[in-house]
Amino acid sequence: MATAKAKTTKAKTKAAPVETAILDKSITDIRIDYYPTHEHEGVKFRRGHAMPFGATTVPNGVNFSISSSAATACTLVLFDRGADKPFVEIPFPDEFRVGDVYCMIVFDLDVERLEYGYRMDGPFAPELGHRFDKSVILSDPYARSLGGRDTWLAEPNWDDVYPYRSRLAFEDFDWENDHPLEYPIEDLVIYEMHVRAFTKHENAKVKNGGTFSAIKQKIKYLKELGVNCIELMPIYEYDEWENSKPNPVTGEMLVNFWGYSTVNFFSPKAGYAATGKFGMQVDELKTVIKELHKNGIEVILDVVFNHTAEGDHRGHTISFRGIDNKTYYMLTPEGYYFNFSGTGNTLNCNNPVVRDMVLDCLRYWAADYHIDGFRFDLAAILGRAQDGSPLSNPPLLESLAYDPILAKCKLIAEAWDAGGLYQVGTFPAYGRWAEWNGKYRDTLRKFLKGDEGQIGEMVQRIQGSPDLYYYRGPTASINFITCHDGFTLYDTFAYNEKHNEANAEDNRDGANDNNSWNCGAEGETDDIEINFLRRKQIKNALAILLVSQGVPMILMGDEMGRTKQGNNNTYCHDNELNWLDWSLLKKNQHLFEFTQSLIRFRKAHPVLRSSTHFTHTDYVGSGYQDISFHGTNAWALDGSPGSRSFAFMLDGEHAKQGAIKDDTIYVAMNMYWEGLSFDLPPLSNGRQWHVFVNTDMPEKEAVNTLGKEPRTDSQSHVLVGPRSVMILVGK
Amino acid sequence: MSFSIKSDVKDAPESGKVATIYLEGELDSLSARLFQKEIEKVAIESPKDLVLDMEKLTFMASAGLRVLIFSKQKIGPSLNIFLVKPQQPIVDTLEHTGLLHSVTVVEKYPA
Repeated sequence: MATAKAKTTKAKTKAAPVETAILDKSITDIRIDYYPTHEHEGVKFRRGHAMPFGATTVPNGVNFSISSSAATACTLVLFDRGADKPFVEIPFPDEFRVGDVYCMIVFDLDVERLEYGYRMDGPFAPELGHRFDKSVILSDPYARSLGGRDTWLAEPNWDDVYPYRSRLAFEDFDWENDHPLEYPIEDLVIYEMHVRAFTKHENAKVKNGGTFSAIKQKIKYLKELGVNCIELMPIYEYDEWENSKPNPVTGEMLVNFWGYSTVNFFSPKAGYAATGKFGMQVDELKTVIKELHKNGIEVILDVVFNHTAEGDHRGHTISFRGIDNKTYYMLTPEGYYFNFSGTGNTLNCNNPVVRDMVLDCLRYWAADYHIDGFRFDLAAILGRAQDGSPLSNPPLLESLAYDPILAKCKLIAEAWDAGGLYQVGTFPAYGRWAEWNGKYRDTLRKFLKGDEGQIGEMVQRIQGSPDLYYYRGPTASINFITCHDGFTLYDTFAYNEKHNEANAEDNRDGANDNNSWNCGAEGETDDIEINFLRRKQIKNALAILLVSQGVPMILMGDEMGRTKQGNNNTYCHDNELNWLDWSLLKKNQHLFEFTQSLIRFRKAHPVLRSSTHFTHTDYVGSGYQDISFHGTNAWALDGSPGSRSFAFMLDGEHAKQGAIKDDTIYVAMNMYWEGLSFDLPPLSNGRQWHVFVNTDMPEKEAVNTLGKEPRTDSQSHVLVGPRSVMILVGK
Repeated sequence: MSFSIKSDVKDAPESGKVATIYLEGELDSLSARLFQKEIEKVAIESPKDLVLDMEKLTFMASAGLRVLIFSKQKIGPSLNIFLVKPQQPIVDTLEHTGLLHSVTVVEKYPA
């Protein structure tokens, strides 16, 4: 054992082995406030610092600090790495308590091998909100690293007295000159991805597939695609074994793959690190972030502050429940758990203690990991009061919006929760928060599959949804058609119904309102026409997404036709249903190139990336409104219920509110099942219309080279094919 | 397995002083302290090159990697660190944790 000497005999804590300490040559050169004053079973310690919370190194020791509003006593439990039993348990002397905070410095510990936890004593009285149990060793909510799940799906010791072990992390990473990139949000093209799913497939052809490190090997690909921001699905420490079970049909293990169930908010998931078994996940993740930044790619984390992995009253006690149940969770008057998250419990985010923890956590990730932004899962919960009611001015959201450390971070809300609070367009924003625009997704899907009555909404969506974000601007709208939760883009046009049988839940899980259309056959088909239409629909979707005002988000793999075989809820599958099959890149190279071209087009045309809403006026004297809408007749939008087509034109003279001169862009969208001729608005000053995209053309001809777009055959009209999109450039 | 360490510092005609540390066995968190002390010892000579002979090093724990970071901090960014014949798992870990760019892996020093 590498830690300070432990004695097997019980020795009472005794104060001040001072003489010994002072005579100890190794510590004669340290500050007087870092001398041990107490000793317990051979381990020396003294009163600690209340701040910061967690375990932090101090000269020759470690400062431990933890709070509980209702505990009657606290014991620090120290383990050597992986040991069955602790080498010492030190009760906090009452004089070490500052208010509700227990703090202690322990000396001569091997910080590399140390694992620590706490026992909290107090009443077990659920009706009063207390669930103390001193027989359980508890993880530190502020632990910077966790042991116990070091390697993905390595069978844990189920009899471990302390399964999720708090560890220290060190702040000696060499960031060189790295700095968060701080791109204007309107310039982002976000790529939502899952760390393991991105590179785990054998066709990824990387070393250590499925890890943080493997992302590095795909940075070149991300750059080629052109995205400048990746949004990582949860990377906080979670337990893939949670609720795991063998599939009764196939025997395959069903696990928590997505990770929306946090065990610890400050620790990166060791199982995602090739070096997790060495406890170096912190360094590995930082290395990837640094490398992504070096290549111009921001990193946004999908963070889950709405609930924890402890479940409801039947769940395991890991940390929060045993430390301060009433503080950390929203409880019913009877002492049960409110379940606004749909997972058993709800974090009590607007309790001041929890609020501070969330803020401390995000500050830590922003400052220590150089994270560029956060997407908050089920963020509506963050705006609920302690009794669950929605707050008009939620202090947590306000704190995050005005925090100086987070000042340049993107804050993105999933503005709904499982308790029925839907706040898309009304999420308390404080001038800072953007939202996953669920209405964008729904409207586009309906429009794309040819539903009637969508033109009015589409006009709003492509403008950055001013009907929802009038006072917040288009940058409040994170536009997406697909995300991890639901069909992939390919499946949106290959399946009418969800097909979730693989998890053996009889297809009961997952959403039923997918607004998808299989184009004529359910699932895979050899029908050439159907397959052509599917590919065209994918291109239609990507084309509209990337010319819409707001911030586009692409789901990992949609650019290469990824399928999940009609499954819209793959939360538990550690297999090809989630793993990105990189052989699709070769199979659907044209689709990749199409997406790549559209991203380049978006970057090349500032008129597509406005930070303010259009005014529908000509305020620069160009002779054109900043945006104008058209139908098959120019200047005449047909918004009647039966209409399935429209066009819009962005005047390049109005780009960036007139500060930049850009080309004029005209986008015609025809979701009618027959081709339609669109009259083109005439261009001034001898400019002519050129074709950048025509999704009705076969494969590679669907998109032309940026800057070398051919002129349209006619300058007065274009034929837009059935269920097709055309993008023209006036120059 | 045991761990042993020894070092020497020599004058090189053009490159200034060269400190060589010979590592053998398993470098875990305990032996990392010895490693750090050895670094501190040779740092006094302000070497230009630090050569870590790793041919006989079979394992390096995270504590050992942290000492590499420490050596840069202690001696300064101008220090060149050469790793002689490190085993592949050690190189992999250096790669994953971003330390590989701070060192030069060679078969023999001088490279």
